[in-house]
Amino acid sequence: MRRPWLAAVAPYLWLGLFFAFPFLLVAKLSLSHTVLAIPPYAPQLDLSQGHAGVPAFVHQLSFETYQRLTSDRVYLSSYLSSLRFAGLATAILLVIGYPIAYGMSRFPPPTRQALLMAVILPFWTSFLIRIYAWIAILKPAGLLNAALGVLHLGPLSLLNTDTAVVIGLVYAYLPFMVLPLYAVLERQDERLIEAAQDLGCTATGAFWRVTFPLSLPGVAAGALLCFIPMVGEFVIPDLLGGSGTLMLGRTIWTEFFANRDWPAASAVAIVLLATLAVPIALFQRQQAKVTA
Amino acid sequence: MTPSSTPLVRFEGVTKRFGETVAVDGVSLDIAQGEFFALLGPSGCGKTTLMRMLAGFVQPDAGRILLNGQDIAGLPPHRRPSSMMFQTYALFPHLNVEKNVAFGLVQQGWDKARAAARVEEMLSLVRLEGLNRRRPDQLSGGQAQRVALARALAPGPQILLLDEPLAALDRKLREETQLELKALQRRLGVTFMIVTHDQDEAMVVADRIAVMRVGGVAQVGPPAEVYERPTSRYVAEFLGEANLFPDGPAFTLVRPEKMALTDKPAPGALAGEVAEIAYFGDRTRYVIRRAEGRPLLVSQANTGPRLGLEVGDKAWVSYAPEAAVALGS
Amino acid sequence: MTRGPSLFNRASVGLGLAFLYGPIALLVLYSFNASRLVTVWGGFSTRWYAALAQDGQMLDAVWVTLRVGLISASAATVLGLLAAVTLVRAGRFRGRALFSGMVYAPLVMPEVILGLSLLLLFVAVGLPRGFWTVTVSHTTVTLCYATVVIQARLAYFDRSLEEAAQDLGCPPVSAFLKVTLPNIAPAVAAAWMLAFTLSLDDLVIASFTSGPGATTLPMRLYSQVRLGVNPEINAVSTLLIAVVTLGVVAAGAIQRRRSVSS
Repeated sequence: MRRPWLAAVAPYLWLGLFFAFPFLLVAKLSLSHTVLAIPPYAPQLDLSQGHAGVPAFVHQLSFETYQRLTSDRVYLSSYLSSLRFAGLATAILLVIGYPIAYGMSRFPPPTRQALLMAVILPFWTSFLIRIYAWIAILKPAGLLNAALGVLHLGPLSLLNTDTAVVIGLVYAYLPFMVLPLYAVLERQDERLIEAAQDLGCTATGAFWRVTFPLSLPGVAAGALLCFIPMVGEFVIPDLLGGSGTLMLGRTIWTEFFANRDWPAASAVAIVLLATLAVPIALFQRQQAKVTA
Repeated sequence: MTPSSTPLVRFEGVTKRFGETVAVDGVSLDIAQGEFFALLGPSGCGKTTLMRMLAGFVQPDAGRILLNGQDIAGLPPHRRPSSMMFQTYALFPHLNVEKNVAFGLVQQGWDKARAAARVEEMLSLVRLEGLNRRRPDQLSGGQAQRVALARALAPGPQILLLDEPLAALDRKLREETQLELKALQRRLGVTFMIVTHDQDEAMVVADRIAVMRVGGVAQVGPPAEVYERPTSRYVAEFLGEANLFPDGPAFTLVRPEKMALTDKPAPGALAGEVAEIAYFGDRTRYVIRRAEGRPLLVSQANTGPRLGLEVGDKAWVSYAPEAAVALGS
Repeated sequence: MTRGPSLFNRASVGLGLAFLYGPIALLVLYSFNASRLVTVWGGFSTRWYAALAQDGQMLDAVWVTLRVGLISASAATVLGLLAAVTLVRAGRFRGRALFSGMVYAPLVMPEVILGLSLLLLFVAVGLPRGFWTVTVSHTTVTLCYATVVIQARLAYFDRSLEEAAQDLGCPPVSAFLKVTLPNIAPAVAAAWMLAFTLSLDDLVIASFTSGPGATTLPMRLYSQVRLGVNPEINAVSTLLIAVVTLGVVAAGAIQRRRSVSS
């Protein structure tokens, strides 16, 4: 193909219009203020007078919304709590997910394929529904307490708590941690382990000195793939968390739908985006290395 | 084979750069109609690049490539009258043997009957009749290669380009196939151009060889000429083994098989001690260490009783004056 | 592996799978529970499925969701194919970093941000929200997943096959269509399935970008779920799970048959 980059035109335009450009709108909106109108924000760019409309428009933009965010402690709590939840859940996922991925890679190829399918399959079924299933398990009259009751253990009130949110996050994102780890572990050359053992390592030693270090790119990929979206997660805190469970995804949703405060929602979104810019850039770099 | 007056292919001062590296540096070559031409050289010398420029997959940075006197620079690969047999065979996995071979014909719009007849003709030419319905992953390496050959020849190209075609085969198969290729080319009369790093292969199949060094051509000529009368040290050392005697700024070459070895002193012979003996079955190779100068390589055909020399024995090496070739640097 | 999986390996995988499938198994089981209560088994019954068949709003939502999914998945796969071809074949070109960034970013970006920005776009250009805004949004978001899947296969594909086709007389685009595409078809199909499933499943983006008359199934389920556990939801879930499982198993069987026969 003489000019393979021609294939890029359609997706480039599409993504430019529907992905990149809207971010400018979010930024602009974060500098606006609410009004009782449709749409519920001002200023709006009025080009009916020609270019003169632009300075007037810019003049009305302000950082007022951001000032509101910094003055109200709720936003800061929400921000920190999102990072905490995401961090905790990602850490748990690393501890749980690694043995699963490693175990999978130890089976012979036909079994491995079947296990891979088994791990991917829940991913293909509805996310919402799987979280909903946890409501049935965790609610006061739910299955967990029924099971505990059989063992004469006290009922746990886990639904609408932070713990439930962590459980939900771990449950929902498990495939996102296991798959990149499995991909890296599966590709490792067994002969490296044999060489390590030949040179005096025990099985455990060989794992820590050879297998694990070589799997670090998979660890990084899995961690980023989980952490980044978790910070802005909405469904899980909304369904499983309590009214006191603050997460940024929920904050944005509430500001937008409940309070009709679009500028605030946008400002929070911009802050969230700014926070995630570095992890996202790290993720992009990893992807670029893989595809180069 | 005497080249006809207008060469089929002419490279004129062709240059190709990849970033900082100059892969091909002002190469000029002629390939005559109907000859089996070999581009021989180590990896990285630019031979594959040169072939791909002829096929149209790479554009030269400078120079011209002429086919039948016409500059083919603007022509994309699918419009060039050359056909390539790829090193990895590149058989289409989703098509069976028949459809693979017919691919170029379908592309040119041949009607079904004519195409089918041609496919049969090609398959019997490469001795693969009856395998029409097989898929590429059901073929052995040797069979896959023949299909690739049949596919490339089917559209009747003006020149067939073979990119290290025998590299994946084991030695016996490779040698048999070399001879088959040569016979095939003679029969068809189609111009073949082969790229290889194996000098034995080039010498067996080719009518003329272009010995390449990084970026350029060192010498062009028939196998015997290039082997017996190399014009440079590089060519001498690339094609087989060489004994080089310094002669001022230049060298004199004597091939190991042209040297005579005795276990008794002979007048005018060079004295030395046997350092290594390698037995190849049909010949024995000796490394003779001298008091001064580089060790000598002597190769003797095992036609009669063996010399009975052992490592450490004294030996004397001599050669006829006609066997010495003067080289440039 | 010279040594097979150890007890620890087997236990990890077993527990992992149990954890993943436990809640799913539960849903399926309880969709056949005559009793509303999770803690009581009232006997086997299909009454919730019957109720589901009567539930007009739910059925409408399913219909909308299927149409959105079909169209957005197809568009996403086409765009994803073009993007993958670019990323694998085009080498360095001006704007490649930006392009690559735009393609991969939605993979990790929180959905609320994507939903919000898309909605603002539609508001800014005065586009009424409904079926087409959801479809366009889903296309945009699933496009990156399609690209990743296709690109993985394409990067692995032997380019000399395409060169051989050109050498035999095929113009470049034709060579791609006749040789490359048939050989990466499973990856393209997988990309489509992935985009379809993601669309079927999406709640957040649909909530932001949909409008009256275009309520998707997740949106409907969500509003129901907030009201509490409803066994009809179990029935819908089980049906969805069954459909997806059948699809995946069928795809796997077709794959196996193709590789055995050829």
